[in-house]
Order: sequence, then C-alpha cells, then structure tokens
Amino acid sequence: MGSVARIILQRLVLGLLTLLVVSIVIFTAVNMLPGDFAQAILGQGATPEAVDAIRKDLGLDQPLVVRYFDWLAGALRGDMGSSFAQANFASFVGAEAGERVTVLDQIAPRFSNTMFLATVTAAIAVPISLFLGVLAALYRNSVFDRAANIFTLTSISSPEFFLAYILILFLAVLNPVLPSLSNIFEGMTFADRLEKTLLPALTLTLVVTAHMMRMTRAAIINLLASPYIEMARLKGISPMRVIVRHALPNALAPIINVVALNLAYLITGVVVIEVVFVYPGIGQLFVDSVKIRDIPVVQACCLIFAAAYILLNLMADILSILSNPRLRHPK
Amino acid sequence: MIFESPYDNVFGDLIEAFGVFAVILAVLALFTFAGFLLRGIGSAFDSRGETFDEMPLFLASLLAVLIVASLTLLWSAFIGGRDTLRFLILLIAAIAAFGWLFRWAGQRLTNNAPRFRDMPYGVSFGYVLAAVVLIWSVWFYFQPVVTEQGTPRASVVFFRWAIQGLLIAAVLGTGFKELGKRVGPGWSRKLFRTMPLTASFGILVIIAYAIVAIFAPLIAPYGQEQVLGAANVVPGGNPALGGNPEFPLGTDQIGRDILSRLIYGAQNTVGIAFATTLLAFFIGASLGFLAATLGGWLDQLVSRAVDVLMAIPSLIFALLLMTIASVWAPRLGIPLTVFMVVIIAVIDSTRVYRLARAVGLNIVVMDYIEAAKLRGEGLTYLIFKEILPNATAPLLAEFGLRFCFVFLTIAALSFLGVGIQPPLADWGTMVRDMAAFINFAPFAPQAAITPLLAAGAIALLTVAVNFVVDWMLHKSSGLKE
Repeated sequence: MGSVARIILQRLVLGLLTLLVVSIVIFTAVNMLPGDFAQAILGQGATPEAVDAIRKDLGLDQPLVVRYFDWLAGALRGDMGSSFAQANFASFVGAEAGERVTVLDQIAPRFSNTMFLATVTAAIAVPISLFLGVLAALYRNSVFDRAANIFTLTSISSPEFFLAYILILFLAVLNPVLPSLSNIFEGMTFADRLEKTLLPALTLTLVVTAHMMRMTRAAIINLLASPYIEMARLKGISPMRVIVRHALPNALAPIINVVALNLAYLITGVVVIEVVFVYPGIGQLFVDSVKIRDIPVVQACCLIFAAAYILLNLMADILSILSNPRLRHPK
Repeated sequence: MIFESPYDNVFGDLIEAFGVFAVILAVLALFTFAGFLLRGIGSAFDSRGETFDEMPLFLASLLAVLIVASLTLLWSAFIGGRDTLRFLILLIAAIAAFGWLFRWAGQRLTNNAPRFRDMPYGVSFGYVLAAVVLIWSVWFYFQPVVTEQGTPRASVVFFRWAIQGLLIAAVLGTGFKELGKRVGPGWSRKLFRTMPLTASFGILVIIAYAIVAIFAPLIAPYGQEQVLGAANVVPGGNPALGGNPEFPLGTDQIGRDILSRLIYGAQNTVGIAFATTLLAFFIGASLGFLAATLGGWLDQLVSRAVDVLMAIPSLIFALLLMTIASVWAPRLGIPLTVFMVVIIAVIDSTRVYRLARAVGLNIVVMDYIEAAKLRGEGLTYLIFKEILPNATAPLLAEFGLRFCFVFLTIAALSFLGVGIQPPLADWGTMVRDMAAFINFAPFAPQAAITPLLAAGAIALLTVAVNFVVDWMLHKSSGLKE
C-alpha cells in the first residue's frame, strides 16, 4: 500500500504545482494588457488624480510580483476582487466598499448552475455510453456496430452548436417537448430545473457519449484478445457474460480514465452550449466577460476552469492507479 | 413537461435545507449503499452464486440507479399520466415481446436452423427494432407535406430533407468509389477496392471543399461583402413564399447573398483553419524533433512548458488570449484574425509537439540515425532527411485530426463572436447571426434551414476528414477484431 500512497502523493503535489504555474500563466497573460484596470474603469476622460486614487485603492501601484501573490492569496480565500463591468466611478469614490459587485458574487450562483448541468449530463451520459460501448464490443463489426461507429464519429466531429440547433429544431421547435431557453432562477422546483436543463444536457450527452462509448468499446475489444478471455469462451459461457464478468472489471482502469477525461472535456464544451441555450452558467459569464473585457472575471473564470480541468485529470490518474491490481498488491 | 417525478417536493425541500452539493453527495452515497444491498440480496438468492458474488460495487450501484430510474419512469407514465411516455414504454415493451416472438417463430419455421437457434435475444430485439424504425421512416416519408388547412408540416419536410441528404451522400460515395475502382493508376484502384463507403464519401467531400475554397470568387454569384437590394429574402427561390430566384438561398439581415457567403466561407474558414494547422505543425513538429534529437535541457524545458499549456483547457485559454489580443490588435494595426491564427496555432502545437517528440524518440535510436551522425551530418539534415520521412505516416493522420480540432475551435470562437471578424464571410459567425431563424421552422421550413446550412457546412467537412482519418488509422493499425 505504501507505494500506491507515494505515487498518489506525488501526483497530488504535481497537480498542485501545475495549478500554481497555470495561475502564474493566467496572471501574466492578463497583465500583458496595455493600460491598467484603473484606466479601463474610468474610461478616456479620467483625471490623473482619479486614476491614481483607484490605482491605489486596487493596489495597482504595487510591483507585479506583489500583486500576483495578493491575487493568489485572495483567490485562495475565495475573494477574486471586484468585477469592473459592474463597477462604476461612484462605487470607487465616495461609496463604501460594500457596494461593489465582487467577482465571487457573480460567479458563485453560476458555478452551481454549471455543476448542475455537468451532473445531469454525467448522470445521463455515463450509464448510456458504458451500456452502448459494451453492446458495440459484443456485436462488433455487425450492422449495429457500424451504424454506431458512423453515428458517434458524426457527433464527435460536428461542432457543438450544430448538434444543439438540431436538437432545438426537433425537440423544441417542431415538437415542443422541451424548452429551448434555459432560464434558471432561484426557487425553482427540482423537476422544473431539470426540465430546463435537459436540452443542453442532452446536447452535451451526445458529444460526450460518443467519445466514452468509442473508448469503452476499444478498451474491451483490446482485452478480448487476451488468453483468459479465450479460456472463458472455451468454458462455454455466453458472450455477454464473458464481457460483463471477465472483460469489464479489467477494463475498468481505462474506462474510469475515459469518464474522468470526458468530464474534463465537458468543462470546455459547456461554454458553447451555455451560450446557445442562454444557460446562466459560468461558461456564459466567461464569454460575456471576454466580450466586455471584464478582466477580473475572465481571470477568475479561467482559473476555475483550469482548476477543474486539472482536478479531473488528476482524479483520472489517481483512480486508474487505484483500480490497477498490480499496483494495489505489490509483490 | 414530459415527465414528472414523485420526489419533486422532497428534493426541493432537501436542496433548500442542505444545498445542492450535499444532496448530490447524499444521493450518491444512497445509491452506493443500495448497490451494496442489491449485491448482497442477489448473491443470497442466486443459487449458482456467480453473477452477483464478484460484481464490482459500481456495477451494482449502476443497477440500482437503473432500477430506480425505470420505476420512476413507469410511475410517471402510468400514475402521473404522461401520455407520450406511456406510449414510448408500451412501444418498447411491444418490441421486446415481438423480438422474442420473432426468434421463437424463426426457430419453429426453419426447424431450428443454426441462425435462429444461436441468436441471442439482443440480436432479435435489434432486428425487430430496426424493422419498426424502417417501417415508421417509410410511412413518415410519404406523409403529405401540407396539412388540409394548407399550412406546411415542417417535421415531414425536414425528415424528407434528411433522408434525401443521406441517400445523396450514399449514392455519391458509392459512385465515387466505383469510379476510383475503374479509373486511375493501379495503386489507387486497389486502395478504392478495400475502402469503406464512409471513407470514399469523405475523400469526395474534401475534394469538393478544396475546389470550392480555391475557386470561390469564380463560383460565387455575388461578392461576400456586396450588399444587394433585398434583405431577409427567404431561401428556396419561390416568390410565393417570399423567395427570389436570383438568390437561391436567400439573403441575410443586411441583404448579402447567403449562397455567396457560404461559398466564400469555405475560402475564409477552411483557409484560415488550414493555415493555422500548418503553422501549428511547423512549430510543434520542429520543436518536437529538436527535443527528440538534442534531448537534455532543451527537451526538459520545452516539455514542461508544454505540460503547463496543456493543463489549461484549450478553448478557455484561446478565449483568454483573444481577449488580450482584441485590445492589442487595434493599437498595433494588425487584424485580429492574425492574432487568432497565431494563438490557436501555438495552443494546438503543444499536442503536435507531444506526438512529434514521441515519434522522434523512437526514430533517433535507430541505427541509420547513428550512421548519419557518424557520417557527420548536421542537425538540419538529420531532422529533414532522416527523421521527417520516417514520421510522415503518423503525422499525416494527426494532421487530419488536428485540422478538425483547429477548424472546430475557430468555428466555436467565431460563433462566440471573438473569432474571424466581419466583413469576412465565416460559417461560425453566420450561424450565430441567423440562429433565430430556427424558430420559424413550423411556419416556413425554408427559412429555418439557413443557420443549419452554415453549421452543417462545418460539420460535413469535419465528419468527412474524420471518416478518412478513421479509415487510415484502422488500415495502419491493423485492428482486425
């Protein structure tokens, strides 16, 4: 068990280190902007005194390194600064600090919405793709397998918004079964919320299922060539049983890996989908902030996306180590 | 609402009391426990003790989830009174029964022929399902396009278009394959004989796109920025429905011809994506080969930098950098598109670098590299004359995939409004601008098709490239089973 613990610890430290470097990259990238936040808030007609006042207020007169650590410490405390799309001159001069719209205020509700979308997607996509992957491996090279292959290739390679609009066309416009706009608000019932989330979740499911199913199929087929499967077949057990009892448990490591990687992929996919369905999630906030150059929000969203991405990749790594019996029971 | 769950109020109250995450965690824990219970009960009742004894816990939990989900659906259909759902459930049950009946009848009628005797239930279920889908498709295809009141039946129209599209694709693919089998030098004829239909269709599409992209100014009836008299002309060219035969696909909000913009879009979108991929390959492959040949600190430095860049999701990173570029671009007087090309090329070159380095590492240990080194050949010779020719095959397949990724990223960026900038005609932007037309689908199917045409143009090319790459990988890996 010692070696596993050491490997996992190594991965954890490496993941944290990566996150730290990524935060440096994001911070430096943002600071390559010409001018600074103070000028951006006040606009063209600002007096030098006002710019100086805000600069001092935001700590922009400090050197870059100090600012980075301030930002990082703030981020760790959950304080990402104040969004300057919502900020105006009045909130900086004369008003109390409490009136500022912080980045956290904007992100927090949207973050939980995005997590809800991702959870619903995962809850639909993971069982379906495992089931279909096993079926495709079972009936490989049959008509079903080929049709599934063409279908998954098509849905992987189509842009997400294409799939989204096709689904909107068929499930919201032509046959109005689901709403095409996901207006989520506080105090909805669970079923209401689920219904509003279902169409974006289904679109994401289409993309993610295709990946997961292909990889599950490949992982199982890879194993089917091994001698113990041959043995199981010679014993005369049914093909379904061979796969479920003998192949699947050993294919678990690659499959878990695939699931985690696809959840990581969801994070990127979520951006476009949220914009299409006007889903009030963090991806939409990110795109909106990019358009109006609300740098503190962009920075924070970027950090959150990167952190989630790294975390999921890390989880994939650790889970595949844990599910490898050769590492769990060293000789 | 298509379904209703008996847990509505329970969940609402719980989420209000404990928060979403606590509830999700609790549900997960509950299902894990249910799986544990299910496994225990199963192995107690299973006389042979095989199925449940060694079942992994996650499979048992999944089983529990499936049972609860299907019970909920049943509840919602038969007690909650959801008619569509009830119809679907009854349909599936009927297909399941007919699957069993089909196999049983087959066994009886053919005197237990091996084909039916050894048929798993899943296969016979599949046959019946396929038959039902086929019959329904034919029936639906021949439904009238217009209701008795004279309004169009959009579902039928779209269904016909989809089926016609599939049929045309199949015919074109087959035709091209047959042509390739008969015309051309020996090696290409042999290639076409073993090629699946999807791959020949893919090659045909790629050739067509290349021709359209190169000769766009000759093919397009109008210029891409040319504003013509009439705005918002409906596609179809039928004056009775608001069309105009001069603009077969209609015009957009400010009166530019959509067909011309689609054709120019091939030049802009595909051209820019192609240039970006080339740049990404130039950066990634040269750095990768350099790292593989030189090794040492250069390898370490570049590899770690690539690790960090790859830890940020690429679309997110591209969006972040585009924000910064959009501020710099007007100050420096460089078009934003140039920035986009460079940004995406750098981000995607990390993936190329990984592959090039891995392939290069396998090649540099070969004897002929050693021999070349002993001959005193320089680094340039080693990379371009020894490594590159031997790494072409994997790099070529990667080029196809990378092109798709770059193309989709650019399309996504343009769709989000920060990619290729107007007045250049671009498919991603066209989709975004015309997306609202989809809502006209029930009244005017022709009008709703425009955003889908642009999005479909993107999808068709990436699908085609993927079909070809899939076939190439399958051929070179020798995966048979």
